[in-house]
Amino acid sequence: MARTLEEKPRISVKERLAKLGESVQGSQAWNSIFRPGSIFRKGYTDSPRNRSYVVMNSVLYHLHPVKVKRHAVKVSYTLCLGGLSFFLFILLTVTGIFLMFFYRPTAADAWQDIQSLQTSVTFGLMVRNMHRWGAHLMVLSVFLHMARVFYHGAYKAPREFNWVVGVILLTLTLLLSFTGYLLPWDQLALWAVAVGTNMMGYSPVIGSQVRFVLLGGVEIGPETLLRWYVLHVLLFPFVTVIFLAIHFWRVRKDGGISGPL
Amino acid sequence: MTEIPEHLLKRAQAAREKAAGQGGAQGGDESRIPSDLLERSKAAGSAAAVVPAAPATSLPAGAGPGGHTQRLLTVVKAGSIQDVKAEPVDKVHTWPHLLSIEFVAALACTAFTFMFSWFVNAPLLQAANFNQTPNPSKAPWYFLGLQELLTMFHPMIAGVTIPGMGLIALIFAPYVDRNPSNKPEDRKFMTSMMTMFLMFWAILVIIGSFFRGPGFNFIFPWRDGIFFEL
Repeated sequence: MARTLEEKPRISVKERLAKLGESVQGSQAWNSIFRPGSIFRKGYTDSPRNRSYVVMNSVLYHLHPVKVKRHAVKVSYTLCLGGLSFFLFILLTVTGIFLMFFYRPTAADAWQDIQSLQTSVTFGLMVRNMHRWGAHLMVLSVFLHMARVFYHGAYKAPREFNWVVGVILLTLTLLLSFTGYLLPWDQLALWAVAVGTNMMGYSPVIGSQVRFVLLGGVEIGPETLLRWYVLHVLLFPFVTVIFLAIHFWRVRKDGGISGPL
Repeated sequence: MTEIPEHLLKRAQAAREKAAGQGGAQGGDESRIPSDLLERSKAAGSAAAVVPAAPATSLPAGAGPGGHTQRLLTVVKAGSIQDVKAEPVDKVHTWPHLLSIEFVAALACTAFTFMFSWFVNAPLLQAANFNQTPNPSKAPWYFLGLQELLTMFHPMIAGVTIPGMGLIALIFAPYVDRNPSNKPEDRKFMTSMMTMFLMFWAILVIIGSFFRGPGFNFIFPWRDGIFFEL
């Protein structure tokens, strides 16, 4: 027994793991996932070059340059409001997809679906709460972001157009929130939307036509629910993502965030 | 061992012979600059010297090695195509300086939303009923400023004209504001305009949210209670 052990020395778990790691990191699959220069290919030790590689060789490069102005990382300057608005948009997308699994946009089912989501779906109430409070928070943060940009004069040349894109995004945020407001199909949703859409009918020339198309009738009804559902989960998020892409692209093209006061 | 192609071996051999021959004959300090160019540059060095006539060779003046002729088409100065003015900017690496802040901000935002959702439930009232209008009926909070305006003006003015003008004013702000400075002390007018604009809506929203009760009549929340759902 002792003789066989001497002949075949045991390979320790640590060695096995190291060997496994080497073969994985040397594989074609691994190297096809991570670009040359990626820190996941060559390891990370803190050096200026590697700090650049983290951004340069990852998808982050679409969003951030390798270096930013020193004042741009001051939290007191931006309060992270633009970034948080975007993060809340992602959070709302994730929680919203979860909610879609349990919701049917018909007048007969909608309210009951929300009710059973809250009472019999694991984390259903929690996710619905997060979706609702996150939505209000996003309206607030987009609004504050706009105020911050204005008070810093950050809408001035060459950033005029990005400000316009921002105003469009603010409008889209309000529309997203307002279309979502109807979906629980409870008394609060129905009558808040009834009040909101009554104002729309007074727009000159096309007001009543636009209202008819949006409501799917002269008054708010079951057709409205389906229309607003599609607007809320598909059309407005799609348009918002397009404008977000333009917004972020222009932030970089216009020279990063505006200079210090 | 990989085989080196024959023509490369030949070329290397020739180069070696040439180097050895030149090194012996000219002491190795002869450059590859064509003799006529070398003479021209020597002539330019001494002000009095007259540019010598091109050496009598079969090649035209200015011909490069191997008899190729180069012509100067244009001189492109640095900066005429690209702005190369490199002004030093104080910059830091996005990683770790910016990304770590963003990560913490996102985490804090998630934590706040999570904790708030833990303690406060989203409202779900009775199922929608077309025959029972709640009193008061209120729009979502961000539209309560508009609903408040409805109590004062014709719906056309309150619901379309005023918010439409507000939106247009916002969109055209950067084109109307010709002041290039972003220093607060230089732009007191625009700052006060924006503050008035924001305060206008904030006050209307607060009144509409908390100071309006049944029949959308004016109330005091501490006396009559709060008629407001988020």
